[in-house]
Amino acid sequence: MASGKSGRICRVAGPVVTAEGVSPRMYDVVLVGELKLMGEVIKLVGDKTVIQVYEDTSGIRPGEVVVDTGAPLQVELGPGLLSSVYDGVQRPLPVLMEKQGDFVSRGVTAPGLDRSKKWKFKPTVKKGDDLHGGMIVGEVPEGNIVHKVLLPPGVDGKVTSISEGEFTVEEPVGTLDTGHAIKLAQNWPVRSPRPYMDKLLPDIPLVTGQRVLDMLFPLAKGGTAAIPGGFGTGKTVTSQQLSKWSDAQIVVYVGCGERGNEMTEVLTTFPELEDPKSGKPLMGRTVLIANTSNMPVAAREASVYTGITIAEYYRDMGYDVSLMADSTSRWAEAMREISSRLEEMPGEEGYPAYLASRLSEFYERCGRVNTLAGPTGSISVIGAVSPSGGDFSEPVTQNTLRIVKVFWALDSKLRERRHFPAINWLTSYSLYNPILEEWYRRNVAEDWGPLRLWAMETLQKESELQEIVQLVGSDALPEEQRLTLDVARMIREFFLQQSAYHAVDTYSPLKRQYEYMNAIRHFSDLSKKAISLEVPLDKIVSLKVRADLGKLKFEETIDKDLKSILPEMDRQFAELGV
Amino acid sequence: MAKEYHTINQVAGPLVFVGKTEPIAYGELVSIALPDGSVKRGQVLDTSDDVVVIQVFEGTGGIDRASGVKFLGETIKMPVSKDMLGRILSGSGDPLDKGPPIIPEKRLEIIGAAINPYARDNPQEFIQTGISSIDGMNTLVRGQKLPIFSGSGLPHNDIALQIARQAKVLGEKDEFAVVFAAMGITSEEAQYFMKDFERTGALKKAVVFLNLADDPAIERLLTPRLALTTAEYLAFDLDMQVLVILTDLTNYCEALRQIGAAREEVPARRGYPGYMYTDLASLYERAGRIKGKKGSITQCPILSMPGDDITHPIPDLTGYITEGQIVASRDLHRQGIYPPVAVERSLSRLMGQGIGPGHTREDHRAVSDQLYAAYAEGRDFRGLVAIVGKEALSDRDRKFLDFAAAFEDRFVRQSKDEDRTIQQTLDLGWELLSALPVDALTKIDRKFIEKYHPMNRKK
Repeated sequence: MASGKSGRICRVAGPVVTAEGVSPRMYDVVLVGELKLMGEVIKLVGDKTVIQVYEDTSGIRPGEVVVDTGAPLQVELGPGLLSSVYDGVQRPLPVLMEKQGDFVSRGVTAPGLDRSKKWKFKPTVKKGDDLHGGMIVGEVPEGNIVHKVLLPPGVDGKVTSISEGEFTVEEPVGTLDTGHAIKLAQNWPVRSPRPYMDKLLPDIPLVTGQRVLDMLFPLAKGGTAAIPGGFGTGKTVTSQQLSKWSDAQIVVYVGCGERGNEMTEVLTTFPELEDPKSGKPLMGRTVLIANTSNMPVAAREASVYTGITIAEYYRDMGYDVSLMADSTSRWAEAMREISSRLEEMPGEEGYPAYLASRLSEFYERCGRVNTLAGPTGSISVIGAVSPSGGDFSEPVTQNTLRIVKVFWALDSKLRERRHFPAINWLTSYSLYNPILEEWYRRNVAEDWGPLRLWAMETLQKESELQEIVQLVGSDALPEEQRLTLDVARMIREFFLQQSAYHAVDTYSPLKRQYEYMNAIRHFSDLSKKAISLEVPLDKIVSLKVRADLGKLKFEETIDKDLKSILPEMDRQFAELGV
Repeated sequence: MAKEYHTINQVAGPLVFVGKTEPIAYGELVSIALPDGSVKRGQVLDTSDDVVVIQVFEGTGGIDRASGVKFLGETIKMPVSKDMLGRILSGSGDPLDKGPPIIPEKRLEIIGAAINPYARDNPQEFIQTGISSIDGMNTLVRGQKLPIFSGSGLPHNDIALQIARQAKVLGEKDEFAVVFAAMGITSEEAQYFMKDFERTGALKKAVVFLNLADDPAIERLLTPRLALTTAEYLAFDLDMQVLVILTDLTNYCEALRQIGAAREEVPARRGYPGYMYTDLASLYERAGRIKGKKGSITQCPILSMPGDDITHPIPDLTGYITEGQIVASRDLHRQGIYPPVAVERSLSRLMGQGIGPGHTREDHRAVSDQLYAAYAEGRDFRGLVAIVGKEALSDRDRKFLDFAAAFEDRFVRQSKDEDRTIQQTLDLGWELLSALPVDALTKIDRKFIEKYHPMNRKK
């Protein structure tokens, strides 16, 4: 890093430090005090510079030195990102532990990428090729994927040399006629989106294996979703399930203001998990960013940008990336905290007035794109919001909902009933349904759309009938409506409820989801016929096949069972005279 | 020796502004000598070339323009030693029990650094509290922070004491050392705690910090940090299993708001400072286990929800940081049920890691899920019964209704000295569930029903 001018501190108030005598650019990274704490320029006033420091400032005093690094906050992008565990400003936590012990103390720098590790590089371009920024120059095996080495955007030229072999991230693997040395790694400022060719319509679903999501409220590759929920609604389990099972090749998990113990759960369970597709460890396609709630607030603010920049880098190689930001509310609160220390005029509930634009800028960085290199890649963002007091009208939730297309409403009432995932089927929505239906029709089943509609209608009817039942009891309803209640109950208990902890039930492929819901519909159709033949509902409900339908989701043999249960259903209904 | 300044140019609430100083460090400890000879302590909140803002811990009463201000050149440190066990200290760490001063083995920063998430070990050892509604339904594990959300007039103190008394890790002889920090509680409440500690002999394994209701509010910001620093020393230097009880966090947050207002900060919700989340996290996150260390810190903070409102900023932000919550219910309390744990609103986020084979019993998850679901269903019928009467219910529905009542009466209710083993708790759960039709037990695997259901066990 080029060393810029230096100045002196004239004021310290918590994480906000004011300096004079230094003239950096906005958002340049500066090193504060003798301890060289990392900070970022957030305001220029007269000859004074206001700096937000990423670490605790206790013991720092006026008069100490401030040094401008001359560059904005950036991350190192290159092989070695996968399986890494970083803090909010891309310092590898295992390295920090080696250097400082079990507690994170201050003033330690550690590069994001391992400097000594050698990577096997194989060029895909040759001498004389004309290259432009963002193009793929070669490949390196990394984790579960092939890491495409990209020319940094904005760098063009003709290849004058390129070689195969083993290199560290700093060694040049080739040169361009402009004199640019091609390396495995590059830096990128986190607050600027990485460029791409053009954005595409998100018309392919991100398959999650979670029945309620895929069937009722699907997310598209390149789409945006919000999971809100009061605390304890299962938000974290849901986002962890998504990291484990979604069919993105790369997962970036940003624990932003998370609990330490919960992050530990991620850190200890992920390495043990297998990627269901490749059979390799899940960590081989995962980047974890952990900035727990008691780590410095400014680093928390940066963590979300660090995450999305890493996601963009893998997108630029042509991969589907899914990014979980848990939680964006904590991120917004970090903005609020810093803003209030800057004595800025607050907007709603003390949040800065620029909250909405920061949120939309962030969500706009996702999408499915044609990359500069050619192939398409995507970033899907799932942002958890934690509304204060479970109140959805608070600014973070409201501003998020204006942007995102999918809303998975976690519901504490459902949690109380141990209905997991506690996603409310009446208040959730997905605006991707019409766009994705075509894909489902071609790839899963012709009548996926109608089946989905049937399920939604049944659930909707149930909620209307429930109101009546609350008043007069279910016995007062005609048989047919009581049947609707029972079918809805089957949809809820059999299909929507899914155990994250059960080996078989934790992941449900699309085909199985379809067959499962179809079997429930088949049961419903037969029951209707039975009722029209005046078979009492109690007899239908106590059919063995109904109970079997509920239990087969826990059996290893589920796919076979789903096939054999349809004729079995016909047989048992035939015994009732249908 | 540090220089003494007589340049106080403003005193506002707990804040003292001192002009024309040499460079003073942020967070530095300050001593202020008053004209009457007494000395107050404070900490630097804001430092610049022209003015230094000091937050005074013991209140600013008696400070005048001529008072002498000394900057001590270091941030606040806590002297710690093994001999602290059995001692009663004030909210700022001075002995209150007429015992000798503590001879420090170490002096530690009270603003603890964050544990590197990578160095943390997964909390998974089941702590048996002997309370069924906790052990069975909202299991506590070692290294967890599980607050009690209570309200004024509810017996949260009794619950906390019972936990402190009965908590044990199965198969281990180690008792928990208790670090108890009282913030702004009345002297009556403090005595209640102390008496119980003495009666049960728990004091020998406890360190007590008392900041009472009439102690300066600002000292309350210090008390939990002193307690947690002590706890970290006991846990990670001396390999002890530590249970930290903090009460009452609501008073702590009130103090935080008071200081924020005095500093003329922009308030966030309900006048509480915008950084309250981060501030609370800096307390609650000081719990857990560290890889390669034997000791652990388990936290049990108590807070009273103003107006029983769980959406109030204090319980709300707390819930976002802690790993669940035990909610006390006024309804149950009115019915005379102790401990009045509102099972349906309580949660332990780390439960899944501490139960099941190797921890408690293989059927634990299934039994607790089923109890939850059946209890919720039974409670629903209560509303219906109020309108249409019990007669309108079907036979099946009535069983659920009765189940809910039995659950509260037998599972939740227990006496203050009743220490149930986890086996007793689970068996009790099965016994209650056996009143329901077997096909209604949809959350339980068939193999557990065959093994544990009373009807199969008798055979």
